[in-house]
Amino acid sequence: MSSIDATTNAKTVIGGHKSRTSALLLLLHMRTFVALILVFAFFAIAAPNFLTTGNMLIISKHVALNAVLAIGMTFVIIAGGIDLSVGSIVGLCAMVAGYLVLYGIDLGFLGIAYSVQFNTIEICLMVLVVGIFIGWINGLLITKLNVAPFIATLGILYVARGAALLFSDGRTFPNLSGNPEYGSDTFRVIGSGTFFGLPVSVWIMVVVALAAAYLATRTPLGRHIYAVGGNERGAALSGVNVDRTKLFVYMFSGLCAALVGLIISSQLQASHPATGETFELNAIAAAVLGGTSMSGGRGRIGGTIVGAFVIGILADGLIMMGVSSFWQTVIKGLVIIAAVVIDQVQQKLQARVVLQQNAN
Amino acid sequence: MTEAHPIGLSIRNGSKIYPGTQALKNVDFDLRMGAVNVLVGENGAGKSTLMKIIAGVEQLNGGTIELDGQQVVFADKTDAAKHGVGIVFQELNLFPNLTVAENIFVGHEKTRGGIHIDRQAQRTAASALMKRLEQNIDPDAPLGNLRIGQQQIVEIAKALAENARILILDEPTSALSAAEVEVLFRVIKDLKTQGVGIVYISHRLEELIRIGDYITVLRDGAITGSRSMQGVDIPWIVANMIGSASKEFPKTGEHKLGNEVFRVDNVCLPSPAGGYAVDHMSLSVREGEIVGLYGLMGAGRSELLECIMAQHPNSSGQLFIGGKPVKEKSVSGRIRRGLALIPEDRKRDGLVQIMTIRENLTMSSLHDFTRGFHLSLKAEVAKAADFVKRMAIKIASLEHPVSSLSGGNQQKVVIGKALMTRPKILLMDEPSRGIDIGAKAEIFRTMRRLAADGLGILFVTSDLEEVLALSDRILVMANGRLTGQFPAGASAAEVISAATPNLNRVETQ
Repeated sequence: MSSIDATTNAKTVIGGHKSRTSALLLLLHMRTFVALILVFAFFAIAAPNFLTTGNMLIISKHVALNAVLAIGMTFVIIAGGIDLSVGSIVGLCAMVAGYLVLYGIDLGFLGIAYSVQFNTIEICLMVLVVGIFIGWINGLLITKLNVAPFIATLGILYVARGAALLFSDGRTFPNLSGNPEYGSDTFRVIGSGTFFGLPVSVWIMVVVALAAAYLATRTPLGRHIYAVGGNERGAALSGVNVDRTKLFVYMFSGLCAALVGLIISSQLQASHPATGETFELNAIAAAVLGGTSMSGGRGRIGGTIVGAFVIGILADGLIMMGVSSFWQTVIKGLVIIAAVVIDQVQQKLQARVVLQQNAN
Repeated sequence: MTEAHPIGLSIRNGSKIYPGTQALKNVDFDLRMGAVNVLVGENGAGKSTLMKIIAGVEQLNGGTIELDGQQVVFADKTDAAKHGVGIVFQELNLFPNLTVAENIFVGHEKTRGGIHIDRQAQRTAASALMKRLEQNIDPDAPLGNLRIGQQQIVEIAKALAENARILILDEPTSALSAAEVEVLFRVIKDLKTQGVGIVYISHRLEELIRIGDYITVLRDGAITGSRSMQGVDIPWIVANMIGSASKEFPKTGEHKLGNEVFRVDNVCLPSPAGGYAVDHMSLSVREGEIVGLYGLMGAGRSELLECIMAQHPNSSGQLFIGGKPVKEKSVSGRIRRGLALIPEDRKRDGLVQIMTIRENLTMSSLHDFTRGFHLSLKAEVAKAADFVKRMAIKIASLEHPVSSLSGGNQQKVVIGKALMTRPKILLMDEPSRGIDIGAKAEIFRTMRRLAADGLGILFVTSDLEEVLALSDRILVMANGRLTGQFPAGASAAEVISAATPNLNRVETQ
C-alpha cells in the first residue's frame, strides 16, 4: 500500500532540498529494514560465532515460528482487530497433533474396539482444520455477537489453553516418532527436516509469507481487509462484506497458529500443553515493529517478516553476547516503543510532503 | 419600541474566515434585550457561525463585539458565560449516563468547600427550574431515559441555571412536540419580561413570525435584511433568504425523460423513539430525471436513502428497479442491481481516509478488475486514471491518500466510486455540503450531464435554492412522510410550508 507512496514520492520530489526530505522519508519508510541491517551488522562484529551457518539456521528456525503467527496477526490488526488467542491455539493444536500421532482416533465411544490411525498428511490436515475452526469461533463472536475482539480472543485464549490441558490431564505426549505402519513416521520432517539445505519450517514461513503478500496486494479480499480496518462503515456502504472479511482474517490467523503448533510438536517430538504461552505478544510485537498500525488499515506482510527477524536476531545475538535475559526483555520493549515513535514521525512527514505536492 | 428594547450586544463589521470559505462578511448585528431576535437563513448562510461567535465558541477574524457599550473579546465559551451569554446548541450536548440534575450543573457544580458536590442543593435547584419550565421531570432520572424533547428542555434549563442575560436558542423546536413548543414559547415570553435578550434560530418561518420581535436574515455570510418584525411576512423572508441574484446553476437541459427506472413502495422504518422515522414513503424516479428531496433536518430523508441502501434490516416496504422487485439484502447486491449512494458524511461513510485515491475510487468495483481471485493492478490504475480525468479531479498522484484532497475533490472521488459501478439510479445525500462554490457548480453540472445520459438521480438537500434550481421534480418530506410534490418551477413558499406541516399552514400570496 504505502510502499507505492514512498517510491512515487521519491520520484516526483527529486530536485532541490525536497529530495532530502524524500530521502529521509524513504529511510524512515525502510526503518525496519535499516534496523535489521544495523542489528545484524552489530552482532556480526560484537558477538563471536554469530555469523556461523549453524547459528543462522537456529535463528531462522526460531524466527519462522514467530513470523508465521505474526503474518496471521498482521491481517487481523489491519482489519482493525486483535487476536490474543493464537498462543493458546498453538498449544491446543500441538496437543491434537500429539494425540493423533500417538493414539489416532479411538472408536471406543461408538462401542467398537478399534482405533483409526492416520498418516502424516491426514494428521496435518486435521490439525489445520482445528486451528481454522477456533479462528472461526473468534470471528463469529466478533461479527455475529458483537463481542469486542480483545475480549472475544482473550476468552478463547483461556478456553483453548484449558482445552489443551484437559487433553492430556496436563501431561506431555512424549515420543512422537510416529509409526511407519500407518505412514506417520514422517511427522518429524515438519520440524526437523530440511529441503535444499533449509529447514522445512523456514520453507513453510516463505510459502505462507508469499501467499499472504499476494492476498494482501493482488486480490479483492486483501483490499477489503484494508478497507474494513480503515473505515468499517465506509467499506460497508461501498459494498464490502464486512462480516465475511473479518471471519476470514480470524480463520487465517487460526490456520497460522495451527501450522506453528504442528511445527513445534514435530520439532520437539513431544507435545506439551503449555506450548505457545505468550506467543501472541511476540506476534503482535513483530507486526507492530514491521509498521502495522494498531488502529487498523495499514501494514504490510514484508514489514512483519522483517520485524520478526529483528526480534529474533536481537534475542539470539544478546544471548550470544551473554547479556542477561532480564536485560533482553527490557531491550525488546524499548525497540518496540522506538519503532512506533519513528512510525509517528514518518506519518507526519509523509502527510507534509503530500500536501506540498498538492500545493504545487 | 427601540427605547423599550435597549441594544445589549452588538457586532460591528464582523468577519469570520475558515480555510477555504468566508463564513461571515462584514456583519453588523444588534441584539436587543427583553426581546426575541430571530435569525433566519439557509444552511451555510452563517447563522450558526454568528451565534458561536456571540457564545465565545469561535472568535472573529475582523470586527468588534460590544457588550453594554463596552468592547469585549470572549476567549472561550466559559468566558462568554461569565458575561451572561448562554447557548443551547442544535445538537444536544448532554450526558445520557448522568442524572438530569447532574447534567444541568455539569461544569459549574454546586459544591461545599469547592470539592464536595452538594447533591441536595442541585436537586432543589433543578426541581425549581423544571417547575419554571412547567415540566414534570424528576431531577434524579438518568437523562438517557428521557424523550428527546424532554432532553431539549433540560438543555434549556442548563442555560437558565447559569443566569444567562443573553440566551441563544439554535433550532430549539426541531425535536419538540407541539405541546412542548407551547411551553417553550411561554418560557421565552417569561424570560423576555425579565429583560433577557433572546436569539432564536429556526427554519420554521411561521414560528419566527409568531414569536419574533426583530428579524435578521443572513445569506452567504452577509446580512440581507434586518428590521422589526412588524409587517414582516413569509414572502419578505423568503425573498431575503434567496435573493434575486441566483448562484450559478446549470440550466435544465432539454431532454426527454425515459420510463420509470426506480420505484420505492411503502417503505417504513420504525424509530427508536416510537413512531416511524420513515413513514410509508413511496416515490418513483424516471430515467434522466433529477428528483430533489427537500425537508428540514430530521425529516427522515437520510434514513430513507439508508433503507434503500440496505442499512436498516428492520425496515419494510418494496423497491423496484426497471419494474423488477429488489430482493437483495446486502449492499453489494443492491449495487449490482444498479443502485449507488453518495453518503451525506463523506469522512465517516464515503471514504476510507487512509487509503489512496485509486483504492477509494475502485472500492465498489474491484470485481471488474479481477479474474478468478487475481486483481489486475494495471487495469485498476487505468480505470482510476480514466475516472480522475472524466470527473476532473485535481490530484498530484493516484497513490496519495484521499485525505490529502480538498472537500470538493474528495466528493468527486466519492461520486466517481459510485459511477464506476455503472448505476442506473444515483442516490445523493446533500451532495454539495461542505464544499466551496466552484466545486458545487461543477458537481451540479456533473449531475445534469449524468441525467442527460439517462441516469435517474434522487438527491436530498436542505438547500432551498438548490432544490428549486436543480430538480425536474421536487418532493418534500416532513416527519418521515411525503408532504408535498411539486413540478420544476414551484414557488419557494409552497415548498417551505410543505416542509413544516406540523404547524398551521400560513396563507401565502
